Order: sequence, then C-alpha cells, then structure tokens
Amino acid sequence: MKNMNFLVAAYVAIWAIFCAYLFSVARRMATLQDDIRRLKEGGK
Amino acid sequence: MASESQSRTPSGAAISFPSVLVVFLLVATASYGALIQAPEEATMGLIQRIFYFHVSSAWTGFVAFFLVFIASIAYLRTRALKWDWLSVASAEVGVAFFTVVLVTGPIWAKPVWGIWWTWDARLTSSFLLWILFVSYLVLRTLVDEPERRAMVSAVFGIFAALDIPLVYFSIWWFRTQHPQPVIGAGGSLDGRMWRVLMLCWVATLGVMALLIRLRYRLEALRTEVDALRLEESRNAGRTM
Repeated sequence: MKNMNFLVAAYVAIWAIFCAYLFSVARRMATLQDDIRRLKEGGK
Repeated sequence: MASESQSRTPSGAAISFPSVLVVFLLVATASYGALIQAPEEATMGLIQRIFYFHVSSAWTGFVAFFLVFIASIAYLRTRALKWDWLSVASAEVGVAFFTVVLVTGPIWAKPVWGIWWTWDARLTSSFLLWILFVSYLVLRTLVDEPERRAMVSAVFGIFAALDIPLVYFSIWWFRTQHPQPVIGAGGSLDGRMWRVLMLCWVATLGVMALLIRLRYRLEALRTEVDALRLEESRNAGRTM
C-alpha cells in the first residue's frame, strides 16, 4: 500500500477539477437563463 | 419579439439522460479497471495506477484542442458563429483536461522521480500548450464585438493548436525525463494495461463530448442574451 496517499490525491484532484468546472458552467448557465427570462419579461 | 430572437440564436439541444448514464457507466467501469482490475506494475507499484487517467486525459485534451483547430478553420471559411461556439467550448474543456494532466503528473512524479516537476521538453511543452489555451480564453474576454472576437480567436486558436504535435512528439525528438511512449515505436505496455488504458480513453472522450455539448449550449445562450439586449436597446431608442 506504499504511495496510497499519492494515488488518492490524484483521483481526488481529478474529481475536484471536473466538479469545479461543471459547477462553473452550471452557474454561468443559470445566470444567462435568468437574464433571458428578465429580458423577455421586459420586452412584453 | 422573443421568438424572433430565438430563431436567430438557437440554444442547442439539452444533454439527454441516456447519454449521461452511458458516460457515467463508462467512467465507473474505467475507474474499476484502473484501480482494481489492471495488474500492478512491477517497479512503481500502486502509484502507476495514476497513469490510466493521466494519459487518457492528455489524449482527450489533444482531441479537444484539435477540435479548436478544425472549428477555427471552419469559422474562417464560413464565418458561421456556430463554429466559434464549438471552438470556445472545445478550448475550455481541453483546458480542464490538461489541468488534470498537469496536476496528476507531478503527483505521480514525486514518489517516482523524487521531484514534483522538471523543465524537460515534454513537461514544458505541455505547460506551454495549457498556457496558450488559457490565453485563448482570456483573449476572448477582451473583445466585445462577436464577429471580431470570433475572428481574432480563430486565428489565435489555429496558432495555439500548432503546439499539439510538439507536445506529442517531444519524447521522440528530445531526451526527456518523461517516460517513453506507450504506443507506436518503443511502446511496450502489457496487454491488460493496454485494454484498461483504452477503456479510460473512451470514458474521458465521453466526458469530453458531454462537456463540450454543455459548454456549446452556454455559448448559444450567451448569444441569445446579446440579441435580446440589442433588441431591448433598439426598442428603448424607438420609444424615446
């Protein structure tokens, strides 16, 4: 089980990078969808 | 008015549940293969298991950056904004995959080489490739006008992608600290390890496809917001 901590760190890092990226895309998408709703309501 | 802007700037289809499920199952199977099923490497032991997702992420990053190259050329030929959306989506996803490569590489290197990093040809050119595409994304934030942004980005995207062959072939062209190739001339990977590596690559390609599709939709939504804002400012101008 030598170097187990390095292996765990690598796999945690992979998941952390993709979760952070997904979170960033979801947040930007939610902001844009809010903008679209607001602009469409303002245009009526 | 809203439907008019929607028809001009289609937001693209959402990601379907079956495609997410297929990619999830692929990632789960590939993780099982990399962490449990693959045989333990004789000299490096457990730490070698980082290799499966490190290498497959690098190959997938290359594919994403190559898509930037193709989409940039297509934009310059057609001036259709959909190619610019594909280009920025691929660049951002490629940067995410190369971040994985640049983080997992040093985690593997420390126990094996005794150092986190060395400025050899493979590591330096990989870092340069990552910096080039981060610069591509920063560059896009500096230009407001969509057509001009797409044009400048396409030219820079083509230039940045020229580093891909340099990264890939650096271990053939230069004497490097980085391990020698696992495929092509000089490759000597165990058959079971090879199958797990291919499975991991298919899984990361699936993740890449989903992320690019999601990011493409984001860019389409952004264009829709820009169109609605333009319409709103025109309407405000008429009423004044």
